[in-house]
Amino acid sequence: MLANKELEIGYLMMLKIRALIYFTLAMLLITAKPALALVEVKIDQGNVDPLVIAVENFSGSNNKEIGLGQNIAAVVMNDLRNSGLFAPLDKSVFLENNRPADQRPNFANWRPTGAKALVSGLVVVEGNGNINAQLRLWDVLSQKQITGVQYTARSKNWRKLAHQISDTIYERLTGERGYFDTRIVYISETGPKNKRVKRLAIMDQDGFNRKYLTRGGDIVLSPRFSPKRQEVTYISYASGQPRVMLINVDTGQREVVGNFAGMSFAPRFSPDGNKVVMSIQNDGNSNIYRLDLRNKNIVQLTNSNALDTSASYSPDGRKIVFESDRSGSQQLFVMGANGGAAQRISVGGGSYSTPVWSPRGDFIAFTKLVGGQFLIGVMKTDGSGERILAGGYHNEGPTWSPNGRVLMFFRETRGAKGGPSIWSVDITGRNERRINSGGFASDPAWSPLGK
Amino acid sequence: MKMNMMKKVLVLGLALGLSACSTKNELGTDASSVLNGAGSIAKPGTVAEFTQIVGDSILFDTNQTGVNESGKLLLQKQYAWLRKYNVTKIQIEGHADERGTRQYNIALGGKRAQSVKNYFASLGYDKAAISTLSYGKERPISLCDNISCWSQNRRAVTAVVGR
Repeated sequence: MLANKELEIGYLMMLKIRALIYFTLAMLLITAKPALALVEVKIDQGNVDPLVIAVENFSGSNNKEIGLGQNIAAVVMNDLRNSGLFAPLDKSVFLENNRPADQRPNFANWRPTGAKALVSGLVVVEGNGNINAQLRLWDVLSQKQITGVQYTARSKNWRKLAHQISDTIYERLTGERGYFDTRIVYISETGPKNKRVKRLAIMDQDGFNRKYLTRGGDIVLSPRFSPKRQEVTYISYASGQPRVMLINVDTGQREVVGNFAGMSFAPRFSPDGNKVVMSIQNDGNSNIYRLDLRNKNIVQLTNSNALDTSASYSPDGRKIVFESDRSGSQQLFVMGANGGAAQRISVGGGSYSTPVWSPRGDFIAFTKLVGGQFLIGVMKTDGSGERILAGGYHNEGPTWSPNGRVLMFFRETRGAKGGPSIWSVDITGRNERRINSGGFASDPAWSPLGK
Repeated sequence: MKMNMMKKVLVLGLALGLSACSTKNELGTDASSVLNGAGSIAKPGTVAEFTQIVGDSILFDTNQTGVNESGKLLLQKQYAWLRKYNVTKIQIEGHADERGTRQYNIALGGKRAQSVKNYFASLGYDKAAISTLSYGKERPISLCDNISCWSQNRRAVTAVVGR
């Protein structure tokens, strides 16, 4: 058994990739300019070379296993390429193919390809139909195995297994946690703009395995994944008023949790997954409340003559960032988790909306409205160090990957036939990519790792 | 501009003759029903008359939630009509244009609806008989992407619920 057994590590290579990440972050600090100046300037795309990596098809002893081995390798290559930190080689440059699974690579055949790391593996389909896959990750220069790990999954979950392999590779080579074995809950949109049909939907982070969670009879908006369970909170107009809902994404079981006189909206889980913060509107003002999902206790956290919304906890659960127009335009404020005095943190000009605290605790992502554009950016939790990551006519609603390295958001195109699609970008501002959602899609929310 | 268009619709209806009249007496809840009755004459007291001839929507300035002067004039007309035909229950639907984020626009539309509710109450309408709702930016009526369209979408729609 190789499961999670670490064999040997190519320290030099790991250090190299870590250095690459730190270099990228350091570069950002150097290029950070006043926020308004960045609005027109596309963020520095940088010249950081991704690490060249070779991913062999996982071998097998029959056609079914060989086919699975090819599919797994394709998913892994796609994950690594999409991260922007790796450049998987095309298989046409390989000098060694179909090596028996029990045989070490001949590194003399791999060094000329330029690959610094080599991924190989073996697939066995067990008698009960389950898949067993063994990953071996090699350091080509030191000619040593970095890690060997064994995975098991039911056959229908072969993509999840492949994403777990990608996560192991990413973690071994970058020193950061992976984010490939994750899902995105989002709103699928169909039909004309004035009668848009909106369905709650879920897909893997790479756009595969899409499925609907609601039927489209009622407007549904702003889903958020629980940090702990297979649960999503969102709002639905099913009762006429917008109300905060809870759905189990595995069973489809739903319940109303925002059953109050006024409309409830903009929900988000606490880090322990036991509470939901939301806005409730009374007499025109929107204030932020905290609902305990177990005992249904509700606590009012803000009490202003303004529109307070989009509350998001710090990962330690001690603070909440939210947006409010209490000082005129919408700005970002931070308060304690039990409410009380709130401090404005956004100072870069324009107005700010949809703050989301990074799962690492280091940044707050936001939508910024300035100069007729809607931008996605991040700032430190005290409001300093603002950086714009994505710009254009309309970008909205960032969500963090569980490792805090990547953001997804949605981008609207203009006009009567315009609509939203989901994009991702690194916190460096590099590697902006469209996620294939099969049609109009908005309000993405990233799951925790493995959910 | 909008009122002019409605008058034209009315004139067209007259030209076609009364036999063309096919006004439905359904309870419209969406401002998009405004043009559905084109070519017909709204009978007095019908919801169609309220939506097409009185006008069921008031517009708001960018990021503003207070009822402006032209809004007040229209709400006064609406109020007179609601009183005349004994409408005892109404719902105010607040909307925002697409140039805002989703959550903020829900909050904004809700506050606009509340402003209209408060104004109706100041005119004498029973506050308890007015419900409010916000669609945020989810139900635009005008679909282009410039200022003239966005201004049409920053609205509050009065819907007849019961009488």
